[in-house]
Amino acid sequence: MKQAHSDSVTGAGRGSLKSYGTGFILSIVLTVIPFALVMSGAVSRSVAILGICGAGLVQILVHLHYFLHLDGSSEERWNLMALLFTLLIMTIFVGGTLWVMFTLNSRMM
Amino acid sequence: MTVHALRYGVPAEAPENHHAVELQTFGFWIYLMSDLVLFATLFATFGVIGQNYAGGPTGKDLFDLPYLFGETLFLLFSSGTYGMAVLALHDDKRGLVLLWLGVTFLLGLGFVSMEINEFHGMIAAGNGPQRSGFLSAFFTLVGTHGAHVTSGLIWMAVMMGQVLAKGLTTPVRSRLMRLSMFWHFLDIVWIGVFSLVYLMGVL
Repeated sequence: MKQAHSDSVTGAGRGSLKSYGTGFILSIVLTVIPFALVMSGAVSRSVAILGICGAGLVQILVHLHYFLHLDGSSEERWNLMALLFTLLIMTIFVGGTLWVMFTLNSRMM
Repeated sequence: MTVHALRYGVPAEAPENHHAVELQTFGFWIYLMSDLVLFATLFATFGVIGQNYAGGPTGKDLFDLPYLFGETLFLLFSSGTYGMAVLALHDDKRGLVLLWLGVTFLLGLGFVSMEINEFHGMIAAGNGPQRSGFLSAFFTLVGTHGAHVTSGLIWMAVMMGQVLAKGLTTPVRSRLMRLSMFWHFLDIVWIGVFSLVYLMGVL
């Protein structure tokens, strides 16, 4: 009962050795891939950029799932909502900034 | 809360306490989201002026990828060892919690030390933040992340003291879980930093 209580107060009874281990090994692989792509110089620039972005995005999802235990379950619903809203804000910030700054010349004509 | 109790077979004891911890966890998540917005603005800044070298060195000249790979592994391993601390926390093993927190602290310290060493080398060579737009944006973005990791280390040291002095009480558990969120969050931001700043910078 003490055990169950401790899990309930921290709101995190989801992590297990297996899930942390899986997440950790996946993260190592997804870190080695982009570094290897760039350091070996074996692939073209565009393939390397694709590889870096792809591995980075997948690794972020791996961290969210295995380390932060984010999923669609009812307790996590609002955490997920807040994250999605933040991603929207970030897209507007980053996308909007780059768009405005890199088209300054053409729009000031 | 009822759903939660059913799911984990938790008796509905001290519901206010439980609710307070849930609120604290969610509140801390909102803080992390606002921090993410802060990093987004710094990434956007880097995106805009990250190519303005002012005749100075580029990422290709400055970044040492094997060194950075080691730095990245320090942070990644510290994320894994913090996970071990959380598992020990769920098992109520105070000694193990302290041990894993200690290991995590040392790995985090290794990361920060490597970063300070890198910054020091760049500044000593005259490539400080005042050298070019690229370096201003670089030091602001990477330095903000490093300052976060340093804050996390201070927090971790305080928590090791609290585990020693107070034991694994409910408030201490709740703080350890929030530090866990903070630590994993910083590792996620670092994925963006090493991908977009360092690896793209060397290409």
